Amino acid sequence: MSNVTEIRWHGRGGQGAKTAALLLADVAFATGKYVQGFPEYGPERMGAPITAYNRISDSVIRVHSNIYEPEFVVVVDESLLETVDVTSGLKEDGAILINTEKSKEELVPSLRGYKGKVYTIDAKKVSLATLGKYFPNTPLLAAIVKVADIMDEETFLKEMKNSFNHKFASKPEVIDGNMKALEMALKEVQ
Amino acid sequence: MAKRERLSGNEAVAIALRQINPDVFPAFPITPSTEIPQYFASFVANGQVDTEFITVESEHSSMSAAIGASAAGARSLTATSSCGLAYMWEELYIAASNRLPLALALVNRALSGPININCDHSDSMGARDAGWIQIYAENNQEAYDNMVQAFRISEHKDVRLPIMICQDGFITSHAVENIELLDDAEVKGFVGEYEPENYLLNPECPMAVGPYSITDFYFEAKRAQAEGTKNVEKVILDIAKEFAELSGREYGLFESYRMEDAERAVVIIGSAAGTTKDAIDRLREKGEKVGLLKIRLYRPFPAEAIAAELKNVKAVAIMDRAEGYSNNGGPLGADVMAALFRARSQAFAVNYIYGLGGRDVRVEDMIGIYDALAQIIEDGDAGETYRYLGIRE
Repeated sequence: MSNVTEIRWHGRGGQGAKTAALLLADVAFATGKYVQGFPEYGPERMGAPITAYNRISDSVIRVHSNIYEPEFVVVVDESLLETVDVTSGLKEDGAILINTEKSKEELVPSLRGYKGKVYTIDAKKVSLATLGKYFPNTPLLAAIVKVADIMDEETFLKEMKNSFNHKFASKPEVIDGNMKALEMALKEVQ
Repeated sequence: MAKRERLSGNEAVAIALRQINPDVFPAFPITPSTEIPQYFASFVANGQVDTEFITVESEHSSMSAAIGASAAGARSLTATSSCGLAYMWEELYIAASNRLPLALALVNRALSGPININCDHSDSMGARDAGWIQIYAENNQEAYDNMVQAFRISEHKDVRLPIMICQDGFITSHAVENIELLDDAEVKGFVGEYEPENYLLNPECPMAVGPYSITDFYFEAKRAQAEGTKNVEKVILDIAKEFAELSGREYGLFESYRMEDAERAVVIIGSAAGTTKDAIDRLREKGEKVGLLKIRLYRPFPAEAIAAELKNVKAVAIMDRAEGYSNNGGPLGADVMAALFRARSQAFAVNYIYGLGGRDVRVEDMIGIYDALAQIIEDGDAGETYRYLGIRE
């Protein structure tokens, strides 16, 4: 179990937290890892809090439970900090990554005493600058790959390019924007 | 050549179905099985299969259409979950009693109410006496492999019974995990062409399907049906052997994990078996003699083989992801205890109800079960034999 990286995503229905978890599973799989990416559904409606999970490991993953003591937490929607205990069980030697315009100092009081590392990224800024629309999951995916050191940046970008070429085969015009969003997010995460 | 992939359980089953290319797939959507016909519809649209894909107005109709197609001589199947299976009820019995080979990809989900979309086994457990073969999976790989083997079992001349290929809703159906796929040609070769013996579209041999039967024949018809179920175990083992030669992956009636010298055992169905294996490895590191028997074939129930596998254990916990409301344990609990009784087992046996409506099962929960079994052995008394795991009282 010790070689398993566990990540928990907190978002709201419709923001793409599940998709981001599945994309992370995809890209980690491409580097030869064993992966799990799965959602936990609450009420099925736009805007309701949802949780998604990743396990990434060098050996076969058999456990099929949710994740209670993750190394990393990603908060897709900072308004959840007020209502969901996002740092619950989060390991102190891990980290939390929050999508926000605010500084770390402003956020710390909302983290219920969490003592581990805090990273932020303004996914809205990245997304608007590169895609012209607000899709937070592409920048967050790049940011968590960097924060959790899942693979080196070059390999990540190469794998994502392959993935986008396949995924967006019918609309290649969006590939460049998504690649730029990843590259910018890797620089912007703090 | 096996292909390494990462897929959800629903995608994996849909891909198996594309590789099988069945004749007829009537479909009506219900969460969490909806993705199976959804993926399949794209295979139809892309011309990757030449299946007759029929969108119907209910699950009663999807099963009726699958039955009609099978009676006509076609290889057919459908997919559903929960209330969708409940709505197929009378048709399930018609498929089995008419000895019609066909498959149902079942993604297990709780029955209402309260209304709930998540996993438990109350849907398929309710259908356990309908005369269908039921096979369960721990993960996406097993769901795929079971689907590839399904038609060979169902269509076998000694069996000719409908088959339900079950997996856990969301837990495996919507979880992306690693998987190894067979080549399309390998699956096609393994499954082969369906050549029905008797079928409605055979002008050389006119026949009736589903006629009225009065008291002097009904009983014999049911007895003949029971004979078919007796052959299922052997056919499943034969086909699993062939599948192992093709894939390298071995299947039986159940899977035994670290049972060689186990004094305490858990009997369980589905995805929680993987979680239990992690619990076992942790306890084995401390020298505890614990093991697992994971049910693959639940109907017909391989009672003798299960009792034989459990013959040396001192205490066993039988885990039911369905409440039976019998005050006498859940369905698996009742089956295993009956099997142990007939084998004159002296083991302590307790039955747990767990995981209803998607209630999560953790490694620590399963360690707690083994601890409870240790306590039973120490006390020399099973205590309450009908228990609930992780319930708030």
